[in-house]
Amino acid sequence: MTDLLEAAMRLMVVFVAFLTLPLLVGQLEHKVMAHMQARVGPMYAGGFHGWAQLIADGVKFSQKEAIVPDAADRIIFGLAPALALLPYFIAMVAIPIGPGLAGQELDAGVFFVLAVMGVGVIGTLMAGWASANKYSVLGAVRQVSQLMAYELPFVLAAVSIVMAAGSLGFTDIVDAWQPWWLIWQLPAGVVFFVAGLAELNRPPFDMPVADAEIIFGPYTEYTGLRFALFLLAEYAGIVLLCLLTSVLFLGGWNGPFGDSWLWTFAKAGVLAFVVIWLRVSYPRLRADQLQKLAWQVLIPVALAQLLLTGVVVLAW
Amino acid sequence: MVKNGEQRVGSKGAGLFKGLGITLSTMTKRSITEQYPDVQPELPPRSRGVIALLEENCTSCMLCARECPDWCIYIDSHKEVIPAAEEGGRERSQNVLDRFAIDFSLCMYCGICIDVCPFDALFWSPEFEYSEFDIRNMTHEKERLGQWMATVPPPPALDPAAAEPKELLGVRKKAEAATLPIEPASDS
Repeated sequence: MTDLLEAAMRLMVVFVAFLTLPLLVGQLEHKVMAHMQARVGPMYAGGFHGWAQLIADGVKFSQKEAIVPDAADRIIFGLAPALALLPYFIAMVAIPIGPGLAGQELDAGVFFVLAVMGVGVIGTLMAGWASANKYSVLGAVRQVSQLMAYELPFVLAAVSIVMAAGSLGFTDIVDAWQPWWLIWQLPAGVVFFVAGLAELNRPPFDMPVADAEIIFGPYTEYTGLRFALFLLAEYAGIVLLCLLTSVLFLGGWNGPFGDSWLWTFAKAGVLAFVVIWLRVSYPRLRADQLQKLAWQVLIPVALAQLLLTGVVVLAW
Repeated sequence: MVKNGEQRVGSKGAGLFKGLGITLSTMTKRSITEQYPDVQPELPPRSRGVIALLEENCTSCMLCARECPDWCIYIDSHKEVIPAAEEGGRERSQNVLDRFAIDFSLCMYCGICIDVCPFDALFWSPEFEYSEFDIRNMTHEKERLGQWMATVPPPPALDPAAAEPKELLGVRKKAEAATLPIEPASDS
């Protein structure tokens, strides 16, 4: 009984974090992007520098009519947002932010999280296919081709750190992590982060939702809360990627002045800022540039890193 | 492979970091947003916001209405006869302005009416807050146009080396002619 209660409590905490952290990132994006463009961003909602803008957005989305196109596959159309969002929640349950601080620690946590994160794309594919809209299908196809290209360097980079630490568990990886790994695993970390951005459709890898070309890709026909769920999924994905990168490559809760879950959040916060920074600074990559970056840069770098890691691990 | 006419500054990929630097430095500077409804904008004093009418100067000559490229000025007038000032004199007739209206939904703020007015009856005013909820309410009559005269800045001072305005010159000549025998001008 107490086990059940504890599990429920842990899930509850992760759920609250899952709902609030993406909003924090979203608000940060509003303000950072605005100031990088010499604007001020939202200023009215909530009174103080528009802190409640995303809450206001949520209220607005919930009031909108949920429209389903006549030709759409209604069941798939309705399921897609849930399928896009839920994997990120499930993945977040398994990520520890401090020693013993996780929804549920798994022995093969890295494997579990990477596998579950890959499922989220199916939600987008379902949305694109079920919308009965040419832009949606084009977006979904672009999404899948992008996933095919970037899942490989993403996983290869993760494998490198797993080899270095000799474990698939997050806690073991963080315990084995040494500061000099920052240099040793730097290429893997960069590849992991960039490939993760591409999987999340974040600019400059937002070709699947390129609004100037295909309206909003797979989400074109979505309105109201369903659309809000897709947006939430994108920002939950950012939170997840930043936590994952900081736990795997930046030493998680290791840090000067004692180990603390605050370090994990600080590192993830800096990474979230970088995600926004990249979005503001770079234009969207074309389809061929996307594929070129994945197959000619990221995958070779990831493979070379894998070789280097293997050599160092064997020689040590 | 460098295409014809393509010039690369610096090494390959340097632009990526330059771009990041530009966005970061912009973020640290103050944003240029003006909080307009909360804070009034600081406009140049001779901003061209709206066209004001000095009704007393208007002779209903219709020049502005005819020069207006989109015909947004409406003028109605009638003639009144002024009786002769003295016995045996001639009666004079005068135009009296009944209606002067500008349709600001058509006006394109070219200012030709102001330039063409020979009697200085039209002026640029920096006032700009006169929006309406209905486009039909954008036609403003002479009463409203007259109210904006209060916001018109005074004309700029003459250049120190400029020729004296004709009306002042005439007055001065007369005054000098009257006073010259008694007190000659000291600087001549």
